[in-house]
Amino acid sequence: MLLRLADVRRTFGGLRAVDGVGFDVDEGEVHGLIGPNGAGKTTLLNLVSGLIRPSGGAIALEGRRIDRFPSHRIAALGITRTYQNIRLFPALSAAENVLVGSHLRREDPLWKRMLFLPGYRREEADAMQWALSLLSRVGMEERASERASNLSYGEQRRVEIARALASGPRVLLLDEPTAGMNPSEVASIAGLIREVARAGHSVLLVEHNVKLVMDVCDRITVLNFGKVIADGPPAAVAADPGVIAAYLGGEG
Amino acid sequence: MNAESLTDLWLAYHSTVAFIGLNGLLALSVYATLSCGQLSLAQAGFMALGAYASAILTLHTSAPFALVLAAGALLPALVAVPLGLPVLRLKGVFLAIATIGFGEVVRIFFVNLDYTNGALGLVAIPQRTELWTIYAALAAALFVLWRIRGSRAGYALEAIREDEAAARTMGIHASAYKLSMVVLGAALAGLAGALDAHFNFMVAPANYSFARVVDMLVYAVVGGTTLFYGPVVGAAFLTLLPEVLREVGGRVGLQPGPVRLFVNGLVLLLVILFLPNGISSLPRRVRRWLASRRSAAHAS
Repeated sequence: MLLRLADVRRTFGGLRAVDGVGFDVDEGEVHGLIGPNGAGKTTLLNLVSGLIRPSGGAIALEGRRIDRFPSHRIAALGITRTYQNIRLFPALSAAENVLVGSHLRREDPLWKRMLFLPGYRREEADAMQWALSLLSRVGMEERASERASNLSYGEQRRVEIARALASGPRVLLLDEPTAGMNPSEVASIAGLIREVARAGHSVLLVEHNVKLVMDVCDRITVLNFGKVIADGPPAAVAADPGVIAAYLGGEG
Repeated sequence: MNAESLTDLWLAYHSTVAFIGLNGLLALSVYATLSCGQLSLAQAGFMALGAYASAILTLHTSAPFALVLAAGALLPALVAVPLGLPVLRLKGVFLAIATIGFGEVVRIFFVNLDYTNGALGLVAIPQRTELWTIYAALAAALFVLWRIRGSRAGYALEAIREDEAAARTMGIHASAYKLSMVVLGAALAGLAGALDAHFNFMVAPANYSFARVVDMLVYAVVGGTTLFYGPVVGAAFLTLLPEVLREVGGRVGLQPGPVRLFVNGLVLLLVILFLPNGISSLPRRVRRWLASRRSAAHAS
């Protein structure tokens, strides 16, 4: 088990946004997290990435509790993410955004840079090369020097995925990576997610596009009102009467 | 022109040049924390600590000036750690208010400290600061900030400025970076304070009031904070402006007093309104304007 959530809870005032959620993400698995609006999906990603702390329960990476760690430590342990409302650094170029994403895998040559010692240029050139290789992985190498704020919506999403991959995470958290995309862009994101999983990263995917989730996920967890209402392979989840009721309304 | 007025001219010019350098250092000290998106207004307090520490060393010991300056930079840098740890948890206007509070605490502490003559301050400090000392310090500060830019740490700082939470989820230890920049800013302010104390012969609490921090912030904003040398440009511009208005304004019949202050304020307002990235962004703007004119000429 790579990532394990056990009885994770988070309340905001009287609202139980996440109410006793538990599931596992295996090595190299694409794990879908779906549910109606307000089901607690994004809150769950915020909990896993350490932006907020759980009110109860445990989150463990390879058996090690991470739910009290600050987010930079969680990133260092191998969990990075993208955001539903894209959060690139707007004033930086696409390549610089990915360079920031590779912060963890770079050595810090600042003192060498201060003293003009050999080695720092090499390190910087290597880091830039790595950033460009990630951009080409998401098909964005031609826009590398464009300011992030000048990129189209779909391009920004791709750069954000490259940035999250740049540290070489064990688990990649994707928060609605295809929101606002057209069908051909969605198809290419689906291909990208499969490729990322093949490269050995586990993916926890929050997504509204049911077809995409059914296509790329090995396993799906369905949330409703902060609780898990179904968990299993795509076909089983799609046939679950509780899930159908939650999505279509009516009595479960 | 007789010898006396030449000497006067030199003295006036000499101190203006010195103040440009000192104000440049102070502007950089504000910029240090601004560069990672934090508005810290503790700089006058740090400056006071550096000024008093160095003045006391000079008056009571025979320490060499280099050591005195180092102490002037070190003391505020050390104080910045226990100050920064709690206050950097605050954001935006709350951080600004908390750091203003610190500045006032330092000022009032010295007002009430009999050892340094309270509100009167320390006087008859030997003048040990030369023009070259000021500019060497300024050059060193610019060098450090220039080398940080584009480094791994430099990108981390930019990321924190743009979106701190996103930076943290990229593995950037935001609080450590922010604290480092507060410490660097404190050291620069303390160094400027020490240089200033040994240039003006005296230190007094009134020199380190809230208005002083506002001046530093205005230098940085007018000069521009997107380029590391912007704050120095702003400091030079705003230190020279009153001098130029006195010289030129006197010739074109601009009366001293309120009119000149009005022009001073007007120039400031125009810069902020029409050059939001500061004076240092002007060359790039002109280049872009010329390029667009050229391409327009080609098109027609």
